[in-house]
Amino acid sequence: MQNFAESFWSSLTLIVTGDSELWSIVILSLQVSLTAVVLAAVIGVPTGALLAVGKFRGRQAITIFVNSLMGLPPVVVGLCVYLILSSSGPLGVLDLLYTPTAMIIAQTILIAPIIAALSRETILAVHEEYQDQFTSLCLSNWQRLKALLWEARFSLLTALLAGFGRAIAEVGAVMIVGGNINHLTRVMTTSIALETSKGNLSLALALGTILVLIAILVNAAVAMVGMRRHEAMHV
Amino acid sequence: MSELGVGICDLTLSFGDQLRLDIPSLNLDPTRSTMILGPNGAGKSLLLRVMHGLSQPDTGTVNFPDHYQDPARQAMVFQRPVLLRRTALANISFALKVRGRSSQDAWRRAMTWMMRAELDHLANVPARRLSGGEQQRLCMARALALEPKILFLDEPCASLDPNATVAVEALVQDAIDLGVKVIMVTHDPAQAQRLGSEIVLMHQGRIATKQSKLDFFTTPQNDLVGSFLAGKPLLSHIKESR
Amino acid sequence: MTLTKKFAFSTLFFLILTSAAVGSEYIIIQSTTSTQNSGLLSAILPKFEAISGIKARVVAVGTGQALRNAKNGDGDVLLVHARAAEEAFVSDGWGVQRFDVMYNDFVIVGPSEDPAEILDMENATKALSLIALEEALFVSRGDDSGTHKAEKRLWSKTLVDTVSASGTWYRETGSGMGATLNMAASMEAYTLTDRASWLSFANKRNLVVLVQGDIRLFNQYGVIAVNADKHPNIDADGAKAFINWLIGPEGQLAISNFRPNNTQLFFPNAKR
Repeated sequence: MQNFAESFWSSLTLIVTGDSELWSIVILSLQVSLTAVVLAAVIGVPTGALLAVGKFRGRQAITIFVNSLMGLPPVVVGLCVYLILSSSGPLGVLDLLYTPTAMIIAQTILIAPIIAALSRETILAVHEEYQDQFTSLCLSNWQRLKALLWEARFSLLTALLAGFGRAIAEVGAVMIVGGNINHLTRVMTTSIALETSKGNLSLALALGTILVLIAILVNAAVAMVGMRRHEAMHV
Repeated sequence: MSELGVGICDLTLSFGDQLRLDIPSLNLDPTRSTMILGPNGAGKSLLLRVMHGLSQPDTGTVNFPDHYQDPARQAMVFQRPVLLRRTALANISFALKVRGRSSQDAWRRAMTWMMRAELDHLANVPARRLSGGEQQRLCMARALALEPKILFLDEPCASLDPNATVAVEALVQDAIDLGVKVIMVTHDPAQAQRLGSEIVLMHQGRIATKQSKLDFFTTPQNDLVGSFLAGKPLLSHIKESR
Repeated sequence: MTLTKKFAFSTLFFLILTSAAVGSEYIIIQSTTSTQNSGLLSAILPKFEAISGIKARVVAVGTGQALRNAKNGDGDVLLVHARAAEEAFVSDGWGVQRFDVMYNDFVIVGPSEDPAEILDMENATKALSLIALEEALFVSRGDDSGTHKAEKRLWSKTLVDTVSASGTWYRETGSGMGATLNMAASMEAYTLTDRASWLSFANKRNLVVLVQGDIRLFNQYGVIAVNADKHPNIDADGAKAFINWLIGPEGQLAISNFRPNNTQLFFPNAKR
């Protein structure tokens, strides 16, 4: 049985030798998941903010709904996106199935609820802290929203990282809608699944190690940017 | 209108079945400073919030003289400093920009008030890294930079040491000298004596008395005031005054 | 913060641009895991791409799922191995025509201890009966794939009731060939696999080939162009070009020349 040390060394070898195949897979993974995070943030953060400070009927129900969506199984998301993008589906004419765009759509759907729910929590806390002061300063709703988002920026960044983590580690949905096509839609996780199915467990584990390293790098980069500001702003 | 000052009429506010404010009528002096005294839970802060529009009463109205009515002519400083995650200076200029000042104008006015609060050397320090006293002075400077006609102060010195209290009180005195109508909640009779012109004593959501400072401290209107100034529990008095 | 945003946005635009720019001609081949995992397709497809200028994108799933995806119009060509299902696909109008492409064979693999004592048996159905009699663990794909269909066909010629045995000695994984082989290896169970997947499988552990060579273990691969009348977006010309190449001399030669570790995995048998 291949052991972990061996896998770790082979992953290091893979990184050091700069295998171009590997790098294109890594870059595609990052592009797909980072784009999904940006899109999910564009959807999720305003949704979270609205649920945190908005006063409208059904807010409680929508909050419960969004919180429940956090537990969406990736495969179900993949299946739904497949059915929509399939040639026989409603958006089949766009010809997006088995493209990186399809994977971005699936990951966006998967993580937007997470970002929305975490943003809501964060913005709610900041809102409670500032609402009297903002009312006293006569902020318009729009000014209030902008200020809240800015004040919550560090915690929002954490919410985005949580979304990114789930997106880049996800395999079920991108496998279905991306098709794991070599040089086109093959990302880290689908490569790992493929190598596992070939019985190349140590290579699969090596790829897994690289995936973890990437996650650490991205988190560390954000933490460093965040920490500097964090320190400065004494949050 | 302006001669009538700040008028409160038939004001009630309950949380559940607990009546927290019950003020049939109260008129405050239009220009001179008002100190609202009373033990914890008397409803002082709640009354201030209602006057500033942060809490809605169940019944009743609060009337201001015409030139105070606009919320933009009012400002408030809270017991615990509420500061944004920005520099000290940016906290003031943010408030000014919200009120429609240009960036340049906001910056200039903010800097002026930083100097008056003796905080100018801390202008570019993140506000949340200032000491408690500095933070509260910054909040005062921010409120005053808005050039309010009426300034609500909710125990701004409650968590400050004596030195910091002196510095904040100096800024309150500045405001009074500038002609700002100050309505300040405090539980400290000595502070009320230093800063107030008229004194309101609250107890259990009601106005126990409203007197000029001199009368309040020399010829108390009722036993309640005497007990309060003597530091005695006020529980028994409310039953008598009913 | 702004830098991160800039990067993300440039990534976004990059992706939108690239996904639009891949408008150059390509076909989608719905195929099986055996052809992909063995490395056959990555060995022969570049030759087709070089000659035709058409890019070939492979989605490797079980035969059953490949047929369903094709019915949805999500593929131009099918390269699968379940003859009866393929013929039904064509006769129902989903496919244009079916051609034989190549064959290899299934093998029954199991633990080297061989508790059911089926080593070197010439009759595959008899071997399965012995496994059932011994109640030795048998792992089935259970995913409606070509291999699963072949396995069910073999069981149907025995008296064994695999439905009632399901969950006891008969375990349906519902996963691909590789995952099923991984499970068989760790459970020391018997299973049916195509030879190409078996030879390219790297985690055999204690598993060995026990039964092979029975005519019932023959494994025929076929190619079908998906009917463009059903889905207008299907690239009928690209599909036709690919099939003509695959069953023509060049494609057939490429298949027989694919010999990893000097072992031929697929044997071309197109009739033209």
